[in-house]
Amino acid sequence: MTATSDAVADAYRREWASVLAATVRAAGDIDLAEEWVQEAFTKALVDWDANGVPDRPGAWLTTTAKRKALDQLRRASTLRRKLPLLVEPKTSADSAEREETSVIADDRLRLMFTCCHPALATETQVALTLRLVCGLPTGDIASAFLVSDSTMAARITRGKKKIQSARIPFTMPRADDLRERLDAVLTVIHLFFTAGHTASSGDTLVNREVTVRSIELGRLLSSLVPGDPEVDGLLALMLLTDARRDARIDSAGDLVLLDQQDRSTWDSAQLIEGVSLAAASLQRPGPPGRFALQAAIARVHAAAQTAAATDWHEIVYLYDELLVVWPSPVVALNRAVAVSRAVGPEEALAAVELLSDNPLLAKYLYLWSTRADLLRQLGRYEEAAQDYRQALTLVENGAERQFLQGRLTMVRRS
Amino acid sequence: MAKYLYLIHGDEAAMATATPEDWQLMMKAHGEFAEQVASRGGQILGGEALAPTATATSVRGQTSGQSVVTDGPFAEAKEALGGFYLIEAKDLDQAIEFAKILPVATGGVEVRPVVDTSGG
Repeated sequence: MTATSDAVADAYRREWASVLAATVRAAGDIDLAEEWVQEAFTKALVDWDANGVPDRPGAWLTTTAKRKALDQLRRASTLRRKLPLLVEPKTSADSAEREETSVIADDRLRLMFTCCHPALATETQVALTLRLVCGLPTGDIASAFLVSDSTMAARITRGKKKIQSARIPFTMPRADDLRERLDAVLTVIHLFFTAGHTASSGDTLVNREVTVRSIELGRLLSSLVPGDPEVDGLLALMLLTDARRDARIDSAGDLVLLDQQDRSTWDSAQLIEGVSLAAASLQRPGPPGRFALQAAIARVHAAAQTAAATDWHEIVYLYDELLVVWPSPVVALNRAVAVSRAVGPEEALAAVELLSDNPLLAKYLYLWSTRADLLRQLGRYEEAAQDYRQALTLVENGAERQFLQGRLTMVRRS
Repeated sequence: MAKYLYLIHGDEAAMATATPEDWQLMMKAHGEFAEQVASRGGQILGGEALAPTATATSVRGQTSGQSVVTDGPFAEAKEALGGFYLIEAKDLDQAIEFAKILPVATGGVEVRPVVDTSGG
């Protein structure tokens, strides 16, 4: 019995999301699909014990869940109205045309596009993707986003309800919508990664579980949409950024800036993979997008043997390119930091001053910490102290707070 | 197929100052919209332009048995409900596709799924 339950538990971990995605397509309903997948796993406990664990547990579970779906749909009269969903896609000419214009047909990818549909709020997109595409338990998603379990459960339920009642389809976007829709999926994955890379509060800087899961999602997407420069760009960006995780915190738990990091502790396997992906996505035809460019910037850092050897002029150039495709004040701020290294703090401060009035950045921690740092470098300690104080009112992460506090003490002594 | 109600919201002031030529252009645009919907496999089940909110009357408190009648729309808003369509579409993607080509002078359109009460 133990061997069987181990096999089932293992299949649950590995296959749940894929089985669910396939069943959703057959059932045309997420809640029902979840129920049937659950039943299929329950049945596996008995069946595999009697007949042995099948060669391909995932296929067995999918077939079982789908069969349950079809049986129940045929039987239950209350569910009859769902039957057209099962029949219609095969017969209507419109869907045949849709099928043709679809680029890839994979159930998990379809489900990912459904979860990241623009008709859903971004926070709902993230929650649904993590729950249904990654199979992450609701409690884990809740803790990654610092909300209560019940809040997250309600968010997921609302999202599923909207998918059902507004009829958000379980299909691939049409070819002319694909770029925009893919961008939404990439945004969701990147958002999730960022949430893990600098945990927004708490005392540890990185939420490892979250970053690992995001990279997994990035890999999944990269295998489903092979050769897309933005998909590979995002994966490269995450790999390169995450490779520095151990160097970002010293033994006392304090934040270590890029300059001071011990580069020998960077994850070399991840760096190698990230560098080659970043290079490949930049070389594809057409102007590079925002993820390919961000990956290219991360690649310049990765290529520098020492902090001093960093090619800051190349980085400024890449930020200029990035600003064209993504005119965000946050990008402009990061560009200013690069300018301070390539040219000098004075020029960088001028660029930051231009952003200071932007209302979008008024509560942005890194605007204040960046300006404070530039003022500090220029010896304008009193103004720097003022900005560090402002930054301290906005910081939520413990390690970052510690760092800013240290800098404030430093400029006040100067 | 599913039904969606398209609530067209816009600036009433702009509508009030529209010339007969503007109206004619608008009617023509809506005619083309109807053709587009039909050619893409959707079906317009109904739709009208509404008189300005200044002509609206709201009636509340039905449950209390003492209904109150007031002058004006149910909710005051800068962008007022100015017209609607009831359209049958394949799914939300197609419904949004229609919304994108709907002629809207100012403002935009809210797409609301209609509750399916045919089954169960």
